[in-house]
Amino acid sequence: MPLEIAQTVDAKGLSCPMPIVKTAQAVKLMVSGQLLEVLATDAGSTKDFAAWCKTTGNELVESSVEGGVYRFVLRRK
Amino acid sequence: MTAVAEPAMPIANEPSVAPAPAVEEGDAAKPKDVLIILYSGELEKTWAAMILASTSAAMGVKTRVFVTFWGFQTFVKDSKRITGENWMQKMLSFMQRPGISHRKLSKMNFLGMGPWMMGSLAKKYGTASPKELLAMAQELGVEFLPCQMTMDLFGISKDDLIEGMSEPVGAASVIALMTEGAAPLFI
Repeated sequence: MPLEIAQTVDAKGLSCPMPIVKTAQAVKLMVSGQLLEVLATDAGSTKDFAAWCKTTGNELVESSVEGGVYRFVLRRK
Repeated sequence: MTAVAEPAMPIANEPSVAPAPAVEEGDAAKPKDVLIILYSGELEKTWAAMILASTSAAMGVKTRVFVTFWGFQTFVKDSKRITGENWMQKMLSFMQRPGISHRKLSKMNFLGMGPWMMGSLAKKYGTASPKELLAMAQELGVEFLPCQMTMDLFGISKDDLIEGMSEPVGAASVIALMTEGAAPLFI
């Protein structure tokens, strides 16, 4: 069953810390339980998103990379 | 009877014990405050401070930036050319142009060539400028605390400062935040 994505943040081409900052801004406007998709090309983002989720308590549902584009699915806590 | 009743206690408690891991997770996820003391005014250090402040706020951490000494002109409006009341203060502001868009590199400044190249590279690689990061940080709730002493020393008024600055404070407020557990960072 495909996950129902409520919103997508396209952070492709942006470097640290913009993918995280844009994600935080988007998450603030969502309701608990909603899923956010983030697309990024910053090579540090795999570790950064794991750290962000650990600190903020939001859930990292999916983490993948394809053709240099990192894709994260986060669930708003 | 008591021997039977006692083991019954934990069993009776079990349902309320079950969600404990979630509580623990919540505790682990509760970060402490971050306090950045921005003392420097060079482009690269301003940049570092803005990256850390915006990221810290984005991670849900209560973040404050105490703005003091050479870091102060960074928070004067870009449009201000000269600040100060007497000639010495005016001279100081003339030699270190106010505004976050007018920061110089500590090395390889080459009369503005260095910062210009940094700016071009930043654009090319999708790196946000200090000014953009400052706006993001403010949006995410970072508090910028001006140092009252520096304001007096440089003759800077509240009207000279950018929008959204907090009330000016002194060193005691900064130390108090540290003793309350804020992770301090002196830049």
